[in-house]
Amino acid sequence: MANIGVYVELKEDKLKKSNKEAISLAKRSEKDVHVIIFTNNLDQHLDELKGIKNIIQIKDQDLTYQPDYYSDTIANIIKDYDLNDFIGICSAQCKDLFPRVAAKIDASLVNDCIEIDFKNNSITKPVFAGRLLAKYRVENEFKMYTIRPNIFPVQAFGSEGNPEIITKELNKKELKTKIIDIIKSDSKKIDLTEADAIVSGGRGMKEKENFKILEEIAQLLNAGVGASRAAVDAGFATSDMQVGQTGKVVNPKLYIACGISGAIQHFAGMKTSKVIVAINKDSEAPIFKKADYGIVGDLFKIVPLLKKELEKIYT
Amino acid sequence: MNIFVCIKQVPDTEATLSVKDGKTINENNIKWIISPYDEYAIEEALKVKEKIPESKVTLITLGPKRCESVLRSGLAMGAENAIHIETEEYIDNKTIARAIAYAIKQEGNYNLIFIGKQAIDDDAFLTHIYIAEYLGIPVATNVTLFKYESEKVFVEREIDGGEKEKIEMTTPCVIGAAKGLNTPRYPSLMGMMKAKKIPIKKLSLQDLEIEEIDNKIIIEKLFAPAEKPQGKIIEGEIENAVKELVRVLKDEVKVL
Ligand SMILES: Cc1cc2nc3c(=O)[nH]c(=O)nc-3n(C[C@H](O)[C@H](O)[C@H](O)COP(=O)(O)OP(=O)(O)OC[C@H]3O[C@@H](n4cnc5c(N)ncnc54)[C@H](O)[C@@H]3O)c2cc1C
Repeated sequence: MANIGVYVELKEDKLKKSNKEAISLAKRSEKDVHVIIFTNNLDQHLDELKGIKNIIQIKDQDLTYQPDYYSDTIANIIKDYDLNDFIGICSAQCKDLFPRVAAKIDASLVNDCIEIDFKNNSITKPVFAGRLLAKYRVENEFKMYTIRPNIFPVQAFGSEGNPEIITKELNKKELKTKIIDIIKSDSKKIDLTEADAIVSGGRGMKEKENFKILEEIAQLLNAGVGASRAAVDAGFATSDMQVGQTGKVVNPKLYIACGISGAIQHFAGMKTSKVIVAINKDSEAPIFKKADYGIVGDLFKIVPLLKKELEKIYT
Repeated sequence: MNIFVCIKQVPDTEATLSVKDGKTINENNIKWIISPYDEYAIEEALKVKEKIPESKVTLITLGPKRCESVLRSGLAMGAENAIHIETEEYIDNKTIARAIAYAIKQEGNYNLIFIGKQAIDDDAFLTHIYIAEYLGIPVATNVTLFKYESEKVFVEREIDGGEKEKIEMTTPCVIGAAKGLNTPRYPSLMGMMKAKKIPIKKLSLQDLEIEEIDNKIIIEKLFAPAEKPQGKIIEGEIENAVKELVRVLKDEVKVL
């Protein structure tokens, strides 16, 4: 019988937000949903997974992400439980993990899906950095997908009664690609690809220190701070903050671009944001063509005013 | 060291794209370039060659005749060999990876394989990992730092939230290059002259024992996304404009 699986990605043993989008999508298939989770503390996640009947828990004294261990383990589970469709998030980890699994079991994988039709086995994803969309048909017994965060709606998982939990050991057959350490970032940054709001700065920010005002607004909104490539290249921001074709693809509800001209490569990373706000002193800047709302003027005057207005709402 | 670099020809990032026959892009007036991530891959390979002089850098591309131009550009940057797997047909990432892996194996010894972590046309993020899996060797993706020391490879790869993973691999292995790895050099005039004379080895899919193309992922439709309607500039004194902006965001579009 054909089932559907979802890989639940944890970050420091917490469920990433987009997992719920993936599970909701799986539910839409009307197949039996199996959730795969690598944790030793399943109890603390059961509340969030309420309504899921089949949970496959993978345990080990050391569950640190190792792509070889994880991919071997998942490959076996997909085969053993007939998970003919298998979903994950289009995150840094799944982009590393899913292709390895797909190669091992000869599944067909499509990354960064924005639409999936389980009946017709067709999926849609952005190509050419979002300048076009491609609809593909997948003809394979085993199909895998990673989904773009913030696209698929979250729905209540319903109630299927008590979960049936199957516990498995991590498959530690072979370690070729060995993760030996993780370098943490200095600040606790909000993951831009999952953020609901992003405040971004470009070359118009003039210097690194000026990003502080963006951070202050971001804090009010619980938003992430992004940057254009020009701002990253000038050293105002770190490379993980770059939004665009060679940076992150983000998809928040609100994107505020300050001192960003709106080059096509920047749009590639943020054009699907629900609402785009542009603040730029040049009324001819291309960003105004794509922004939903714009204010023409000096950002160093406008951003502090914006902060004042937002404080009225958020404090 | 035998170093291979897999590169792909893609439309320039600024190119305005239109769709032909509902399934492919209109190729008229397109400027073709090496996919930017593959340029990082070439540069890193050349840097290894500079450190280990007896190294040889071989470029591989797969695609129609026009793809020869990216091999010439890569040779002009300093690579010394080039292989072109020529095919006019659409083939999916798995088959591409299988063909490239086979071509690399056919060449005999290989130590390092550099390739961009994604190509900026289909943005698949698949080929480099598939190549490694087919060759049965380690692979790191999204690599922003590369070091080679006594038969071992150390890389850093960027993950979410600004964190990085430090990875150790033995050779042979595949490195999926990302932005930040290096700054690709421009081809020199001398390099360009030299590149013109280097013969390109041509292979067909049949040479790589791919007798029949069996695509599992089939393109049904290629189309432009819906355009956003022209946005609205909020006019007036900036104090009032900001107030109005916040009101709209909060009460009308409800994103605050
Ligand atoms: C292959 C390739 C990949 C690329 N990838 C990316 C990518 O991933 N992300 C990306 O962002 N770019 C990318 N780029 C670069 C892109 O083409 C642009 O160069 C870049 O986005 C410009 O950044 P910017 O808008 O900050 O700078 P600029 O274009 O210099 O714009 C600065 C803006 O700030 C405004 N400004 C200045 N001062 C003020 C002020 N006081 N108040 C208000 N406004 C002010 C100016 O009017 C101007 O519009 C890529 C380019 C290539 C070729």
